[in-house]
Amino acid sequence: MIGLQFVYWLMGLYFGALAWRGARDAANPRRWTTALFWGLIAALMFLAEHLPNKVVGACVVALALLAGFGGLGRGGYAETGEAEKQRESQRLGNRLFWPALLIPAVTLAAALGLKHVRIGDTPLLEPANVTLVGLSLACLVALAAACRLTRQTPWSGVEQSRRLVDAIGWAALLPLLLATLGSVFEAGGVGQAVAGVVRMAIPVDNAFAVVAAYALGMALFTVIMGNAFAAFPVMTGGIALPLLVGHHHADPAPLAAIGMLSGYCGTLFTPMAANFNLVPAALLELKDPYGVIRAQWPTGAILLACNVLLMYWIALR
Amino acid sequence: MNYWPLIGVAALALGFVLRLNPALVVVAAGFITGLAAKISPLEVLDVLGKAYTEKRFLLLFLLTLPVIGLLERHGLKEHAQRWVARLRGATMARLLIAYLLMRQLASAVGLTSLGGHPQTVRPLLAPMAEGAAQSNHGDLDEDTRQRIRAMAAGTDNVGLFFGEDIFIAFGAVLLIQSFFAEHGFKLDPLHIALWGIPTAICAFLIHCVRVLRFERATIRRLAQQRAAELAAVADPARDA
Repeated sequence: MIGLQFVYWLMGLYFGALAWRGARDAANPRRWTTALFWGLIAALMFLAEHLPNKVVGACVVALALLAGFGGLGRGGYAETGEAEKQRESQRLGNRLFWPALLIPAVTLAAALGLKHVRIGDTPLLEPANVTLVGLSLACLVALAAACRLTRQTPWSGVEQSRRLVDAIGWAALLPLLLATLGSVFEAGGVGQAVAGVVRMAIPVDNAFAVVAAYALGMALFTVIMGNAFAAFPVMTGGIALPLLVGHHHADPAPLAAIGMLSGYCGTLFTPMAANFNLVPAALLELKDPYGVIRAQWPTGAILLACNVLLMYWIALR
Repeated sequence: MNYWPLIGVAALALGFVLRLNPALVVVAAGFITGLAAKISPLEVLDVLGKAYTEKRFLLLFLLTLPVIGLLERHGLKEHAQRWVARLRGATMARLLIAYLLMRQLASAVGLTSLGGHPQTVRPLLAPMAEGAAQSNHGDLDEDTRQRIRAMAAGTDNVGLFFGEDIFIAFGAVLLIQSFFAEHGFKLDPLHIALWGIPTAICAFLIHCVRVLRFERATIRRLAQQRAAELAAVADPARDA
């Protein structure tokens, strides 16, 4: 049976390779701390469940410190020139799209098709994590296809990915850190405190009012935090789970999906989401740093209203 | 009810307002919340470690990068750009709408890096939208150019945000799944992803209408300007 363990080992090997190549990249002024960062993540992929939680927690703090104090630098990569890229793109044409499209296609096939494949009595893929296992298999299949198409080795794929990974840098860790913060918020009762405030403010027996409070709360929290991932555990733990799923028997899957997307509407309003709203304004040489927000906020506002209705109709059918 | 833990949220907001490094802000906010909720720092480490162990699959999206890196080295972006550029001959609104649709579809299948402000909006979409407006409606003033560029950037954001949630392996879907699993609900990621489609369709329709109205407003404003200029030329005494 291929399970989550396989996924973690695969990731551990990949991050280990990133650390190894990072350490040997003399073009990177911060190569040792960069290597330490990915090495630590790789080690935690293999070992996390065998270590005491406190030790893992200390590693998380170390990762955040490495990330936060500029420990990650950019190196040199065997890049091809503009002319060669143009030539290759002419030569390969639409075939370039296929390996990339294999990733979602294989993931989907695994999630839908391989789910029921069994060898003897054991399922081929661990049933609880079919999608995750499917995605990691898809990455392997797509890499094989890309290697065949470009006549390169998988190793050069890892090498080329460093260019992207180093460009993403510490931001790669952010969703994971925000998820761990969600756990701390939960242990500290932030969700209950938020729910307490909401309960005082709205009639909780009115399902529509609670739906509106959840969707608007997701958007508002996202405006404050600049990221829907951070708002999600707080608002869902505080409002959606106890009041909508518990009290009004809402369907969790559409509730959560539309709730998250309500948060995304908030991202369209806020300068906190600098990458999407402030950086492009600078990039496009706009005189008004909030020009992009001005152009897109009405879409976000109307869509937020639609989300309230969709959530009410779909999740509370 | 203990409202003190809300200090942790305030700390997070403050950290982002002060533009401190988000990774540091997030971890610091965790410890501040712990203090406010009377959880010892050691126990906070414990919670952080447990959550990290359970949620480390959130880094899984990085495994797609070797494929993307390899393809990019062989001209994926260049090919995608030429592909988009073939849409020439359209109006500004049609161009933005076609881009929106492609951006949503591409991010829905996980190709979020095929677009973006540095990759496509600045070099391609914004100049093409300006060019289309200019060839259809005559010379543009600086203010109109700025608005068109801002709309192009906004279109990219809308397409990315309301496309990517449909791909089952995108972080948001996995985060939703793990959050609910912790609370005893087994949700299928595919199921979560599918419920992103109604909002994605609404986002597309709403933004299309806004782009079309934007084009009409732009035409009207340019016409008014031209009429005013003509009137000023025809009757210089009236303005003086």
